[in-house]
Amino acid sequence: MEIPYTDKARPDTGLFNAKVGIWLFLASEIMLFGALFSAYILLRVGADPGTWPQGLLNIPIGTFNTAVLITSSVTVVLGWASLKMGNFGAYRKYQAITILCALGFLGIKSFEYKDKWTHYEVWKTDGTRMTGHIEGSPWFWKTETLTKLKLESIKFTPDATHYNDPKTHAADAKADHGTAHKEAVEIKTSEIKRLSAFVPAHSTFFAIYFTITALHGLHVLCGALVIAYILGPGAKMWKTNPEQYMNRVEVSGLFWHFVDLVWIFLFPVVYLL
Amino acid sequence: MSDAHSHEDIKKHVRTYIVIFIALLVGTGITVGLYFVHFENFAVTVAVALFVATIKASLVAAFFMHLIAEKKAIYAMLSVTVFFFAAMMYLIVWSRGQLPLGSEYGPTKYIPHPTASGGSY
Repeated sequence: MEIPYTDKARPDTGLFNAKVGIWLFLASEIMLFGALFSAYILLRVGADPGTWPQGLLNIPIGTFNTAVLITSSVTVVLGWASLKMGNFGAYRKYQAITILCALGFLGIKSFEYKDKWTHYEVWKTDGTRMTGHIEGSPWFWKTETLTKLKLESIKFTPDATHYNDPKTHAADAKADHGTAHKEAVEIKTSEIKRLSAFVPAHSTFFAIYFTITALHGLHVLCGALVIAYILGPGAKMWKTNPEQYMNRVEVSGLFWHFVDLVWIFLFPVVYLL
Repeated sequence: MSDAHSHEDIKKHVRTYIVIFIALLVGTGITVGLYFVHFENFAVTVAVALFVATIKASLVAAFFMHLIAEKKAIYAMLSVTVFFFAAMMYLIVWSRGQLPLGSEYGPTKYIPHPTASGGSY
């Protein structure tokens, strides 16, 4: 049985099946990301000064990643335009750039994640708090790790400022993106009330930061896989049914633009507010 | 994306895509630039950041996703989405004001009314 309207548009709606499908899917995605965004903004606006871990994300890297994703969006649409003009070679080049951009984006994001997993906050028993790095840059340490490893003390390099002092911390973050450090200090394990890397368990901010950015990253990965499939093994269809092939490219492109669109909101909200 | 495009039409579109690409990069620069501007009211900071993001997103949706010239069925589908999205946003913002009678957000933590019983908010 032949499925109708896979390559030609339905006369009444003027749309082929996949296009209706992708827009319905994108509508559900808007609600999904919308719920997460609104949760983030509500928590952020409701946070008292000094309680929101602000200025801990690397803005130049985030800006660069934004440019990478915008570039991939334009190469997707240029690839589709090339295909419409019958230039399959140009289409392949543009889509190859798109996939490279997607891999670049994910690589940079992984670097950012790793940076967070080796960055710590220490809550001391005397009430003082500091953020910084433990000697050797271990991953995922928590309070229990100190007992498990039977450590009597840790060597800690504190950041120049802490986010619970919003004025100095904001100035520090804007001047050098929070990379300035103080001299390393020895902290006794008995003086540590809580130790946490910048992981979801650290705070509400990191919980929602990792949820949204990881979900977005998953979309980037899936989008890149679909584009790669259409470009690679799926390209045989260009010879047998070019109309349906162009529809597939268009639909994958719509998904990719949506991924870009989400990041356009994510970047200022998560990195800058 | 309408189905009947001449090569000339597509070439015109390509020029538009390049212009939009540059506009998006400029928009990103403006977003980062605004980070260094200090607004007294935090709500203004949020509003400005979202305003710039909305303009950029509109450019992507209108030109890259071709919503500027789409079929009516797509617009109908998106109208329903916009309605429910707006309703969801409204409900979430509205919920912030829904505290038990006599309670208020304190300077550092939620302070329950003395007569409020059980559970945490």
